Amino acid sequence: MAAAEAIVETRAVTKSYDNPEGHRIEVLAPIELAIYPETIVALLGPSGSGKSTLLRIMSGLLAPSSGQVLWHGRPLDGQLPNVSIVFQNFALFPWLTVLDNVEAPLEAQAVAEVERHKRALKILDTVGLDGFESAYPKELSGGMKQRVGFARALVVEPDVLFMDEPFSALDVLTAENLRGELLELWLGKKMPTRAIFLVTHNIEEAVLLADRTVVLGRNPGRIRADFPVALPFPRDRKSARFLALVDHIYKVLTQPDVEHAPPGRREEPAARDGYQRLPHARPGGIAGLLEILIDRGGKDDLYHLADELAIEEVSDLLPIIDAASLLGFIRVQEGDVEVTPQGRAFAEADILTRKSLFREAALQHVPLLKQIASALRAKSDRTIPDDFFFDILEEHFNREEAQQQLDTAIHWGRYAELFDYDANSGRLHLTES
Amino acid sequence: MYQPPPAPSLVEERPGTAWSDLLILAFGLAVLYGVLTLGRSWLGPVEASAAISPRPGALPGYAAYSLLRMTVAYVLSVGFAIVYGYTAAHSKKAERLMIPVLDIMQSIPVLSFLPAVMLAMIALFPRRQLGVELGAILLIFTGQVWNIAFSFYSSLRGIPSELIEAARIYRFNRWQRLMKLELPFSALGLVWNSMVSVATGWFFLMACEMFKLGKRDFRLPGLGSYLQAAASAGDTRAILWGLAAMISLIVIIDQLVWRPVIAWADKFKFEQVESSAVPQSAVLGLLRRSPTLAWLRDRAVRPLGERLALHLARKARAPVEGGPGGRKAWLAWLGRAAAAAALAGAAFGVLRVGMLLAGLTQAEIVEVLRGAGATFLRVVCALVIGTAWAVPAGVAIGFSPRLARIAQPLAQIAASVPATALFPVVLLLFIGKGQGLGVAPVVLILLGTQWYILFNVIAGAMGIPSDLREAARIFRFRRVDRWRRLILPGIFPYLVTGLVTAAGGAWNASIVAEYFHFQNRTLQTVGLGSLIARAADSGNFDQLITATVVLAAIVVLTNRLLWKRLYHLAETRYKLES
Repeated sequence: MAAAEAIVETRAVTKSYDNPEGHRIEVLAPIELAIYPETIVALLGPSGSGKSTLLRIMSGLLAPSSGQVLWHGRPLDGQLPNVSIVFQNFALFPWLTVLDNVEAPLEAQAVAEVERHKRALKILDTVGLDGFESAYPKELSGGMKQRVGFARALVVEPDVLFMDEPFSALDVLTAENLRGELLELWLGKKMPTRAIFLVTHNIEEAVLLADRTVVLGRNPGRIRADFPVALPFPRDRKSARFLALVDHIYKVLTQPDVEHAPPGRREEPAARDGYQRLPHARPGGIAGLLEILIDRGGKDDLYHLADELAIEEVSDLLPIIDAASLLGFIRVQEGDVEVTPQGRAFAEADILTRKSLFREAALQHVPLLKQIASALRAKSDRTIPDDFFFDILEEHFNREEAQQQLDTAIHWGRYAELFDYDANSGRLHLTES
Repeated sequence: MYQPPPAPSLVEERPGTAWSDLLILAFGLAVLYGVLTLGRSWLGPVEASAAISPRPGALPGYAAYSLLRMTVAYVLSVGFAIVYGYTAAHSKKAERLMIPVLDIMQSIPVLSFLPAVMLAMIALFPRRQLGVELGAILLIFTGQVWNIAFSFYSSLRGIPSELIEAARIYRFNRWQRLMKLELPFSALGLVWNSMVSVATGWFFLMACEMFKLGKRDFRLPGLGSYLQAAASAGDTRAILWGLAAMISLIVIIDQLVWRPVIAWADKFKFEQVESSAVPQSAVLGLLRRSPTLAWLRDRAVRPLGERLALHLARKARAPVEGGPGGRKAWLAWLGRAAAAAALAGAAFGVLRVGMLLAGLTQAEIVEVLRGAGATFLRVVCALVIGTAWAVPAGVAIGFSPRLARIAQPLAQIAASVPATALFPVVLLLFIGKGQGLGVAPVVLILLGTQWYILFNVIAGAMGIPSDLREAARIFRFRRVDRWRRLILPGIFPYLVTGLVTAAGGAWNASIVAEYFHFQNRTLQTVGLGSLIARAADSGNFDQLITATVVLAAIVVLTNRLLWKRLYHLAETRYKLES
């Protein structure tokens, strides 16, 4: 792989934003990543790990805060490289026909009408859209729309084809069909691009398509693993090697965010800047997970669990796992989940006992909730506006995430009957016990 | 001007429609003849005070004059609005100045500009009719342009980021981005706001065609001056004829222009799946089937558009040499100079107004404040009465599809008649012999503003999900609870929108409603509106500016202090999310 010259590479690329209060939010830690010709690279990571940001920096849409992006060994100075992006929600122009949508990038390159037509029709034929030239996007199904997205991306014969979760807005069957066709075109060398960079949160998708998989961690986004997928094509989802690889990536993804902390620890997992990040899970979801685990003897393999629950995307399960482990209800080790005695007690209790067990666990493991409760107790009128806590959170998270952190904390606090929240006045009230 | 992008796939080839071509040709010739005739009079010598004939036979000619003024003003408005909105959306620096200016301009009543604009235009063209005509057009323009500009600006700001990224990654040049992304995305907003603007235009046309400036009496031939002249003379028959002409003109424009445009613009709806109800228009079908227009499009518009696009694409791709750097610097300087001039102008204006306000005598202050109070009460009265009847009526119409089918078209026609045209009729009904204005101003203000409330409430009532209504029935809500728990919260955001628009319209209407020439008399009452109208009539600029500033301040303040908060409440508490 290293023999060929990289098409694009990042040198210590970082990205950070300043929030309105002047605090710096780091999105990407220094990242070194190169894309080589003739490969499909898949970029995996939990939400909030900066996958899309990295894609936009590499494709030239976004400037890095520091570091360099080199195309063919040379920095880009303001010029966009010859690349394409296939977007999650297609990003087609609804008022243009399929043909006009595909021709638009060529028009930008000043290709004359006749030639434009010829090239667009040829690529539409390749992706299987023959006969749909004069349709408008809204007349097409999701899968057909994404085919138009592919055709538009390929018509410019890009150096690298970037794909930002291209299958996640499609239903399961359509997505699977489109993945198969994409792979067929790629392997048959019918795809006029030299490399593909695929951002996804679907582990199986990555293992199915990619020659190489890169896993990002979050807070801030950084590369946690980078390994080749050396399985021969066509890949069999049920083969032992395929499953082993998927299982391995699950383990990497579900390991604690901070590598040096021992797995299954009892202390609070911390964000990079020492501040705890609450996973956005609801108490009901946590209880549901525990009940299923207990049904299975109190212990299960994570990937197996997700598969049985028919959860397509690991990212849907991760917050619940994170939350349960944060509260000390489960232990996660090497991709296996095990219910702790506390977890068992919580799952088997009645509604009111559950609440008190949740309250104990929350006060023990979630500093934010403890902080809110003691701040409320310290006030004579036992009430504080939510802005106060929002401002504290905003020192550690961006605006949107700070709001979500507060929402989750309020939800947990209400469930635990630690405090109540009045949405009209925007104030938190201590629950008198 | 914006040319609609060609839509080859929408053409239904149907041979043998030569008659439709004939129709289109005849129509085109008629328009050409009309424009030439009118143009000749515009370039002719000044005839500022045309005699307005009360004969119904003169009405088609007057309608043509008014229509031409409206068209020119509208075309200017759209052009200006697009440039304004585009600049504000694309330059952060310009945005900081342009958006507050837009806010303020929107709250200054158009008629306050009348004397200044007219005098400037007459000074510019002292010997030609063009001066007065341009003045009237500019006034209509000031009434129309701001909401179109704001709509375009906020559409541009609302383009989904994926579409912007697609345009960037595929290296669209500015022209391509404008034609393929920005204008199409804004099209629906532009169309709806155009309709609102043109309605506003009719409202002001009535006032702009006939007015006094100091000792000079201006009359431009047109529908507005016909109606005003008829009202002044107390000629009921002429008033009714004029009203009929006005309504027919509005209905014809609706059928020939707005219906086809709405049907055409439906393809710019930003939606993922096709909606079931697609607006239709027979006229649009006729235009699409016309071989002549198809020929024009295929042989002229498309090739020209293609050549222009290619030329601009090549230019955008050409390697940048020293030149553009110089050009950029030059542009930046131009921008800075424009901003500086605007700021200096604003500073001077503020200074002048400040000096003016400082120099007011106590009597004058009392007069303005009394007027403001009186007009404020009238506006509140009109809004309360409007809400009181429009909410129950709107909810009834919104809840009953059968009622909606009958009532909605009727209400639309009623609403499309500019209130200023109805004023004379109302005055005839309300004013007995020798009495003052009495309650008539409130009725006049109500006439101009109630429809905003009604239509918004209808939309809100239609938007209340049927499962909520069913729940209310199952739990046997009493009437009071049904209104308190379901209907009022459900329509609240729409009601707020309606009231904001209505309140803005009400202040503007007060100028026309509190001061009126009728039956050879001048009817007036205490109020800010009549103060402005009187000051404009008598050419008292100090008083005009004072009253205008107070009015604009009241509008801006209520927007900030009241309506914005209610909007926020509507968006956070009472939004029905699907």
